[in-house]
Amino acid sequence: MLETPLSAAALIPVLALATAPATEAPEFKGPSILDFFPPAILFEGTPFELNRIMLLRLVIVALIFILFWLGTRKMQLVPGRFQGTIEMGLEFVRKGIVEDLLGQKDGKRFLPLITTIFFLVLFMNLTGVVPGINISANSVIGMPLVLAIAAYIAFIWAGLRKHPWTFIRNALFPPGVPPFLYIIVTPIEFVSMFVLRPVTLTLRLLMNMIVGHLLLVLFFSATAFFMVELGGWWIAASAVTLAFGTAFTFFEILVSVLQAYVFALLTTVYIQLALADEH
Amino acid sequence: MLAELIVAAEETPNPLLPAWYDIVYSLIPFILVLLLFWRVVLPRMQKTLDERAALIEGGIAKAESAQAEAQAALEQYNALLAEGRAEAAKIREQARAEGAAILAELKESAQAEAARITANAQLQIEAERQAALVSLRAEVGSLALDLASGVIGESLADDKRASALVDRFLAELESDAGSAKAAK
Repeated sequence: MLETPLSAAALIPVLALATAPATEAPEFKGPSILDFFPPAILFEGTPFELNRIMLLRLVIVALIFILFWLGTRKMQLVPGRFQGTIEMGLEFVRKGIVEDLLGQKDGKRFLPLITTIFFLVLFMNLTGVVPGINISANSVIGMPLVLAIAAYIAFIWAGLRKHPWTFIRNALFPPGVPPFLYIIVTPIEFVSMFVLRPVTLTLRLLMNMIVGHLLLVLFFSATAFFMVELGGWWIAASAVTLAFGTAFTFFEILVSVLQAYVFALLTTVYIQLALADEH
Repeated sequence: MLAELIVAAEETPNPLLPAWYDIVYSLIPFILVLLLFWRVVLPRMQKTLDERAALIEGGIAKAESAQAEAQAALEQYNALLAEGRAEAAKIREQARAEGAAILAELKESAQAEAARITANAQLQIEAERQAALVSLRAEVGSLALDLASGVIGESLADDKRASALVDRFLAELESDAGSAKAAK
C-alpha cells in the first residue's frame, strides 16, 4: 500500500497538465479502465473467453514452465550460471521467506504454495514494464483474487488442522484481553482475519498494478501527445513526461518485485500466526 | 481518482468484479504452476541439495579417513624406525661381545703357543746340557789323566787302577753336583 498514495500524488499534477491542452483542438487520449478489458480474441461470451491479458497469463505460465523445467532438468552438483540463477530464486523463497518464518518442518509443507505465489506474482507483475506488452497480468482482479483465496484457504487449513480450538481462540478471543472487551475485540478480529486479510492481499496487488499501468501509460501517451500532436514548445514538456515515465518504469520494476515479496511474505506470516500456539 | 476514470468511461466494467473468464484464466495458471513447483521443481531441487550435502559430508569423511591413514602410516614408520634402531643396537652389542670373545681366544692361544715354545726351548736346553755333560765327562777324565801323568811324569794311561780312580772321582763329583743341585 506504500506505493499507492505516492503514485496518486504524482498523478495529480500530471493529470492537470494533461487536461489543460485537452480542451484545444487535438484531443488527448489518456489511459482508461478499458485497457484492462481488451476485446476478446477467442471464445467470446463463454467462460473461456480469451483476450490479450488472459493470453498473456498463459504465455507466462509457459515461460515459467520452460525456465524452471529446463533449469532443474539436469541439475549439476556444481551449478552453471543458468541453474545457479534458478537455484538462487528458489532458495530465496525457501530460506528468505518460508523457513525463516515457519521453520524447516512446517516450511516444507507450505513451500510449494509460497513458491508458486512468489513466482506467479513476480512474473505476472513484470509484464507491466516489458515493452510491447506494457500491462501486468495481475492488473485484472482474477489473478490476485485467486492467489489471495489460495493463501486464505492455506492459513485457515493450517490452523484448523493443527489445533482447531487454539486456532479459533487465538483468532477470535485473543488471550490477555479482559473478557468483557471480547464484545468489541471479537468482531474486529473476525473481520480483520477472515475478511480483511484476503481483501487487502487482493487489492494491494491489484491496485499497485492498475495504478502502475495507468501512470506509465499516462506519462508515455502524454509524451507522444506533446511531441506529435502539439509540437513546438510543448516538446520541452514531453521531455519532462518522458523522464518521469522512464523513472517510473524503473520504479515499477521495484514495485513488481516488492509486491511479489510482500504477497508471499504475508501469506507465510498468516500461516505462521495460524500455527502459533500463543500470540 | 479511480472513480473519476470509471465515470469518464460510461460502459466500462467494474475492475473489482471479476469476470468468469478472468477466474478461469487465473485458476488454470495457478494450478499448473503449483503442480510444477510441487511435483517437479521443488523435489528436484531438494534432491540436488541432498546430493550436494552428501557430497560435502562424503568429502569430509574422506579427508578424515585420509588423515587417519596418514597417522597410521606415521605410527607404523615410527615403530619400524624404533625396531630398526633396537636391531642395530643389538647387532652392535653382539659384535662387541663376539669381538671380545675372539680377542680372549686369541690371547689364550697366544699364551699357549708361548708356553709351548718355552717348554720346547727348555727341553732343548736340557738335552744340550745332557749332551754337554756326557762329552765333558769323557773329556775331563782323559784331561785329568793327562794332567796327572804330566805331574807324576809317567803314563798312567793304560793302568787299570788309574782309570778306576778316575771313574770313582767322577762319580763323587757327580754325586756332589747332584747333592748341590738338590740343596739348591
